[in-house]
Amino acid sequence: MAVSAPPRPSTPPARTPGLSGADRPPGVVTDRIFGWLALASGLLVMVILALIVYSTVDHAWPWFEKEGLGIFADNWDPAHGDFGAGAMVYGTFLVGLIALVISVPVSVGIALFVTEVAPRRLRRPVVYTVDLLAAIPSVVYGLWAFLVLAQPISGVYEDISSVTGDIPVLETLFADPSKTGLSYMTAGIVVAIMITPIITSITREVFATTPVSLREAAYGLGATRWEMIRGSVFPHSRGGVVSAVMIGFGRAIGETIAVALVIGSSQQISAHLFGPGETLASIIANQFGESTGVYQAALIGMGVVLLAFTVVVGMSARFVIARYERRTGATA
Amino acid sequence: MTAPVVTDRRSLVAPRPGSRGRRARNAVATALIAFAFLLALVPLVFIVGYVVQRGSEILSWSFLTQPLPFSERIPGPGMGPAVAGTLLITGSAALMAIPLGILGGIYLNEYGAKSPLARVVRFLSEVMTGVPSIVMGLFIYTFVVLNTHEKNAFAGALALACLMLPIVIRTTDQMLALVPSELREGSYALGSRRARTIRSVVLPSAAPGIVSGALLAVARAAGETAPLLFTIGLVEDHTNWSLFNGTNTALSTQIFANARSLFPSAQDRAWGAALTLILIVFVFTILARLVTAFFGRRQTA
Repeated sequence: MAVSAPPRPSTPPARTPGLSGADRPPGVVTDRIFGWLALASGLLVMVILALIVYSTVDHAWPWFEKEGLGIFADNWDPAHGDFGAGAMVYGTFLVGLIALVISVPVSVGIALFVTEVAPRRLRRPVVYTVDLLAAIPSVVYGLWAFLVLAQPISGVYEDISSVTGDIPVLETLFADPSKTGLSYMTAGIVVAIMITPIITSITREVFATTPVSLREAAYGLGATRWEMIRGSVFPHSRGGVVSAVMIGFGRAIGETIAVALVIGSSQQISAHLFGPGETLASIIANQFGESTGVYQAALIGMGVVLLAFTVVVGMSARFVIARYERRTGATA
Repeated sequence: MTAPVVTDRRSLVAPRPGSRGRRARNAVATALIAFAFLLALVPLVFIVGYVVQRGSEILSWSFLTQPLPFSERIPGPGMGPAVAGTLLITGSAALMAIPLGILGGIYLNEYGAKSPLARVVRFLSEVMTGVPSIVMGLFIYTFVVLNTHEKNAFAGALALACLMLPIVIRTTDQMLALVPSELREGSYALGSRRARTIRSVVLPSAAPGIVSGALLAVARAAGETAPLLFTIGLVEDHTNWSLFNGTNTALSTQIFANARSLFPSAQDRAWGAALTLILIVFVFTILARLVTAFFGRRQTA
């Protein structure tokens, strides 16, 4: 049963009119000051967001001015004054995509495990355990992936690469595995682990809103549990799952430190998933320290581009949720 | 013939109908669903296990308090300046973001409610939650560091506070919405004004949820690296408890730097710092759960 918010508070007693100064009943001034403080704190969000956009765009301007649409070219070469971020945009989306392909099936599985399969008293521990994945800091994931995961996984990459050497599309995707294991794929795997708790918790809530009547109807027709899930839970939750995936994608493309450690820092567009690459966030973390002038403006500008991507993805997710809530009347 | 005895309780809830093929498919799907959970456990166990194992080799009181060795090559403790930096920066960020966030949440639920302005603020705080932490770092770098020409703990704290603020606002808003309006009406009926009502009736009854949300925000902020990279200066020679005077360092940025070091001694310190950081984050996460479990239950009972 969904917990619905109780109605908003009714209005408090109106201020006593016509009294001023010492005649004012106690508390009026405090009341007003408190109200203004609350309003100011609320407006602070607007101010900060506006400042974020203004300040970063302002300092990135030399880059936009110099490169124009060339900011999306694939020619990153600071030594020769070329600052096209095409490779980083590509890498950002590729890593996000790899992370989704790995994370979404697992997240949906865990959400189904919690809502449909696990015994009632196991549900809470399972939820807490998965949430612990979200508590581990990004840099610790990065440290572990860089020092522990990368080397052994490069062997796996080489095996896969040699097995798929003759299969048309896969031969390109899996070609030239990096010796160090630092690659788009490793970054994607690490990010997948990091976004799993987010996608899980949203899909779990969406699945839980499936009306009992729909479930019972499916069982009444003789469905097995899996058929009930496919026939009742999935169709009911489609919108919510789509928005969960988008929110996960938004997180994935903004992920910085872990990616900066394991992506291998190679600024070029490459179809080789097992080869090194770079994302918008990772190049900022990796190169900001040594940058000046237009170089630094370019790195700040990539932050602006990244911000734009996350805002667009976040807003589309919100739009999907809104449409879904209107259609089903459910709160996701 | 005797009546069939129902031995499997589940068969009452979800009877097992259908052909063998359908039942098999159901079994496979159920197994895959359970497997998904186990799959999520693998990285958790691996990472936490590895960090605890490697970190506990070096973690000690002197590791937490001693300054870093003057060369990366030298083995042994410590991480004192980074521990101090993380506590100082995260603490100051919390002091800025939590009161403002709670006030903002109060505005959203108690004053703005469903007014257009409140809708906009609510929407924007959602947008702000999605701003990548590295962009927050760039923002403070361009807006604060370039203007003051100084990298210090305060700049880092500002960046973290910007990350925490929308989280605290949204939690407060949601928790206040759960307070029954009868409580407010009762208070108004006794003659209390709005500020008094909020302070002594509404906030206390929403407190467990707000506190737990704030603790989770602190936990998240403590582990952040990207916003600190360009704001605190990353110089680590001595413990610096000053917010404004001089550069600072933090556990997360130390891990980032030492992970790439070629020297095993520095990598060891990275593991030690990782264990320290995980402990700090977990303490706050567990505190948040305890607050919800204890006070939340008492409230609903």
